[in-house]
Amino acid sequence: MRDAFCNAMVELAAHQRYFFLTGDLGFMALEPLQKALGPRFINAGVAEQNMVSVAAGMAAVGGKSWVYSIAPFCYARPFEQIRNDVCLNRLPVRLVGNGGGYAYGSMGATHHALEDYGVLLTLPALRAYVPAFDADVAPMVRAIAERDAPAYLRLGRSDAGDESAVPPYAAWRRLQQGRTGVLVAVGPIAGGLWSATRERPLAERPAIWVVSELEGDWRAVAPPPALLDELAAGPVLGIVEEHVAHGGFGQQFLHFLALSGRAVGRVVHAHAHAQGYPSGRYGSQRWHRQECGLDVPAILGLLAARAAA
Amino acid sequence: MSARDAEDSRDEVSREANSLSDLARRARRRLLRMHYESRIGHLGGNLSAIDAMITLHHRVLDPEDRFILSKGHAAGALYITLWSLGVLSDADLATFHADGTLLAGHPVPGWSGHIPVATGSLGHGFPVALGMALARQIQNEPGRIYCLTSDGEWQEGSMWEGLIFWAHRQLRNITVLIDLNGLQGFGSTRDVASMHDLESRIESFGVQTVRVDGHDHEAVASAASTHPGAVILLDTVKGKGVSFMENRMEWHYLPLSAEQYAAALAELASP
Repeated sequence: MRDAFCNAMVELAAHQRYFFLTGDLGFMALEPLQKALGPRFINAGVAEQNMVSVAAGMAAVGGKSWVYSIAPFCYARPFEQIRNDVCLNRLPVRLVGNGGGYAYGSMGATHHALEDYGVLLTLPALRAYVPAFDADVAPMVRAIAERDAPAYLRLGRSDAGDESAVPPYAAWRRLQQGRTGVLVAVGPIAGGLWSATRERPLAERPAIWVVSELEGDWRAVAPPPALLDELAAGPVLGIVEEHVAHGGFGQQFLHFLALSGRAVGRVVHAHAHAQGYPSGRYGSQRWHRQECGLDVPAILGLLAARAAA
Repeated sequence: MSARDAEDSRDEVSREANSLSDLARRARRRLLRMHYESRIGHLGGNLSAIDAMITLHHRVLDPEDRFILSKGHAAGALYITLWSLGVLSDADLATFHADGTLLAGHPVPGWSGHIPVATGSLGHGFPVALGMALARQIQNEPGRIYCLTSDGEWQEGSMWEGLIFWAHRQLRNITVLIDLNGLQGFGSTRDVASMHDLESRIESFGVQTVRVDGHDHEAVASAASTHPGAVILLDTVKGKGVSFMENRMEWHYLPLSAEQYAAALAELASP
């Protein structure tokens, strides 16, 4: 997704108010954007707190600033700067974290981002964007650019393979209908589930929805009526996210359903482990997903087991 | 309105203040009154910084310039400065710290162009000011950024991140002032974290420094006007202008009693 992001940003480079700050990351990836922006491409060095505050200052005088780093360095180190300098001031700073969830795999735990949008969605006006497909990135970048508010873009790696049949980008999308339950997934895992089940007969596959925009105020990105109608029939609801359960999408979604007075049937929630790493060992993103039950067979098995219970 | 109130009113300041020092004296009286009436402390760091804020706003800043109060705990002095400019009224000042106020103990955002961003947590205003300056430099836009920090604030790592960034970018459209009153929340800066050689430390990062008496209005105005891209270290006294507050750490926090308030006003009576 990083290349797709770079290309989308190059498209915006003609707008003279755009500034792009990187925390010394993007080698062999962001050079086209560096060339397109010239002095408006700023390597702020290994100093994320300063970088976010500088971006807020640029926005305070009318600039449209984007901040880029590896996901954990983008939200965890400078959290107070995001809270105070960006969000309290309602400044349109766009944070871009590359490698959401376990994407940095065997680079180790410090490079994983397992609680990013849960933490950030506690802040006012900030909206988190989580693309599921490479094709989502360009329209998502345009949507972020058009919305004059703080944003966090969590980039990952598409799991969909062939993206030719991906539905046009929207905050909520139904990827397929199905009869074995309803899966609502955040991010690229949705594409992996879809690729693995889309050729199955309707009666032997789950419905799959992907949500790509999250905000603390659910009224801003409320679930569509079609999804709520599906859930009203009482299927098993499976929630999938490469994020810890606490503060994640699953808790927010169930909170929304409860507050809106909607009955929820049987629920399963596949998510990243909240307390460290179960075995104390590290590996690829695929390996960590398997350890957490976030791989496609485990998720489908969880859904089937809950449906049969 | 009482005689005291009349002397402290903004109209009186505008009509009668014929020097920055007289203006600052009246501003101090109004600052004490605002804090006394609201039963709020934090006076020491306001009294050390108010001369610089009055000087900048009345003598240095152009309309396109911006001022960032990185030491947000001196919000009272900023509100009084805005009052002296006619931006805030006596009625506004009466809401200081009250329920429903815009004049919180540390500046809150979204209500005045004179307060571009919220500050209070130390180590934020300076790098935000750098961003404002950098955006303007890249866009070739006019206007300088002035930022006032505390001395203890330089114990925050983000200040040094900012200093590296500033020196590397060679930004000339920003001036940072440091209120060197030597006292912080729970001790002197010398005792807590050895900030006595701040000047040389900053210069070692590649940013020029100038050192002046932070209560000498002409010296502050001259330094701020003639040293773009520099740090101006202000030698100040915490609690300046009220003898029993000067250089005493408890006035970082304490509110005034009625007797103390009367005594302080007496010291700041017109000469």
